Amino acid sequence: MQHEDVRDFHWYVDKAMASLVFLGGISAIVFIIGIFLFITREGLGFITDGLDLREFFFDPAWRPTSDSNPTYGAFALIAGTASITGLAVLLSIPFSIGAAIYIAEFAQGRTREILKILIELLAAIPSVVWGFIGLSIMNPLIIDMFDVPVGLNILNAGVILALMAAPIMTTIAEDALKAVPDRYREAAEALGATRWQVTLKVVLPAAKHGLMAAVLLGVGRGFGETMAVLMASGHSINVPDSIFDSVRALTATIAAELGETAVGSEHYQALFTLGILLFAVTFIINLTADLVMRGIKRS
Amino acid sequence: MFEPTELNAHNWRIEQGMRVLFLGMTLLLVLPVVIILAVLVYKGGPALSWAFLTENPTGGMTTGGIFPALMGTIALVLVALIASIPVGVAAAIYLSEYAPDNWLTRLINLAIINLAGVPSIVHALFGLGAFVLFFGFGTSILAASLTLAIMTLPVVIVSTRESLQAVPQPFREACWNMGATRWQTIARVVLPNAISGILTGIILEVSRTAGETAPIMFTGAAFFLPFLPESVFDQTMALSLHLFVVATQVPNVPESLPYGVALVLIGMVLIMNSASIALRMVLRNRKKW
Repeated sequence: MQHEDVRDFHWYVDKAMASLVFLGGISAIVFIIGIFLFITREGLGFITDGLDLREFFFDPAWRPTSDSNPTYGAFALIAGTASITGLAVLLSIPFSIGAAIYIAEFAQGRTREILKILIELLAAIPSVVWGFIGLSIMNPLIIDMFDVPVGLNILNAGVILALMAAPIMTTIAEDALKAVPDRYREAAEALGATRWQVTLKVVLPAAKHGLMAAVLLGVGRGFGETMAVLMASGHSINVPDSIFDSVRALTATIAAELGETAVGSEHYQALFTLGILLFAVTFIINLTADLVMRGIKRS
Repeated sequence: MFEPTELNAHNWRIEQGMRVLFLGMTLLLVLPVVIILAVLVYKGGPALSWAFLTENPTGGMTTGGIFPALMGTIALVLVALIASIPVGVAAAIYLSEYAPDNWLTRLINLAIINLAGVPSIVHALFGLGAFVLFFGFGTSILAASLTLAIMTLPVVIVSTRESLQAVPQPFREACWNMGATRWQTIARVVLPNAISGILTGIILEVSRTAGETAPIMFTGAAFFLPFLPESVFDQTMALSLHLFVVATQVPNVPESLPYGVALVLIGMVLIMNSASIALRMVLRNRKKW
């Protein structure tokens, strides 16, 4: 039987569009590689030009503008980022998981809808507005409550960041809880378990991978946050002793200093090197979260 | 017939205690939204007026309005949308309609997650290195908007993919059976059925783009520029950066001014988000399948 040649105009349009959307599809990969290449291109000079890794990771002296002897120790900045993110995640985990449990297991109908919308609106507040809230509302509040001279510190930035990371953690944790099949719950309820017993003994263990991914993504969110941390942390280079110390974060350092550097200078390249570090760490966090999530799907 | 035993009463109390505890935790998370809005309205409300929205900043940014910043944000968002919607929708169509379950698709999904997870300041570094310097756009609306477009691309891709996948498979099959090509099916059946869902995603993207600060700081947003940009190669003021500037960089700003700027910014963002949520609910109620 002779086949009719189907290659009419529509056949060519179909092929052309298939190629076009394929290009769109791989664009995300192209952009991620592009981001890595371009920040490496700008920062590479600093790394190859005798970057002292020991100084970079363990020296707290970040003095890029010193005339006689500029030093690029990022330890204090790393400690700043770690302390703020750490406090934020500590505060955020119980509340986010608690909220996810309430929304997924306890709340019903309209209450659940309203709570989810409020969480979504919480996620929508821009970073710079959070920073402004830290500066103008939290700052005097902390000074009054704890009787400290400065309210722009780890506590301030940590609380702000906890509120910023909470929506993403809550949403993903709730998805993980909802992904637990209802027959698990029904089986436990048939044995006479209360809702809390079902949640504690059945749902939480079954959802533990998703909950871990939620926490990881929350960490990633806090780690990369820039404007809020810049405005609320006090922005002073400091290896902190207490949550009332002002610190400076990696992200905030780039945001505050990049505008004053000459393109191609050592300081400029050093800031891009901080960018490479940020990129690498968030990449690892996201990759781990993805692998953990994939773990649930397989089991 | 059934008498509650001692153990049951005990469990019931724990159950109620836990319910109240988790409700309390949830409320503590959502309460700040309400408090923040109330404070911003209370302190920023008096600064708002028609003149505030339509006049240039004066007196070293301590008086006057926010007109150039407002217009700048709108320009940045528009150019970013023009760049990101075609790419994002194409990517979503590929992932929903064409992509086989293979390593490349997994790689694309991983890249999307990472694109969303890369810190905004790293996007700023990329925008500076790529668009401002390498492609020679200079610090301009174009460079800033392209940076924003890449940063918010995952929002478009993920929401569009979801609304495409929500179109039932029999719709496609019916169309193929009529002899339509794959693309004809997508253009005539899948996209029209998903268009409102795509729209909710785009509104969300507008809201995200309007609020971003770090990515535009070094790529196209100016601290103070009391006139409107004439082309995409000009710099512009932006509302988000303006809030940062009046809150931290300018001395002797009257207290109500930054609150006013913050109120306008958060108002824009929350109106967009509410519109997106409302549209989503209307759609869900109207769904025919």
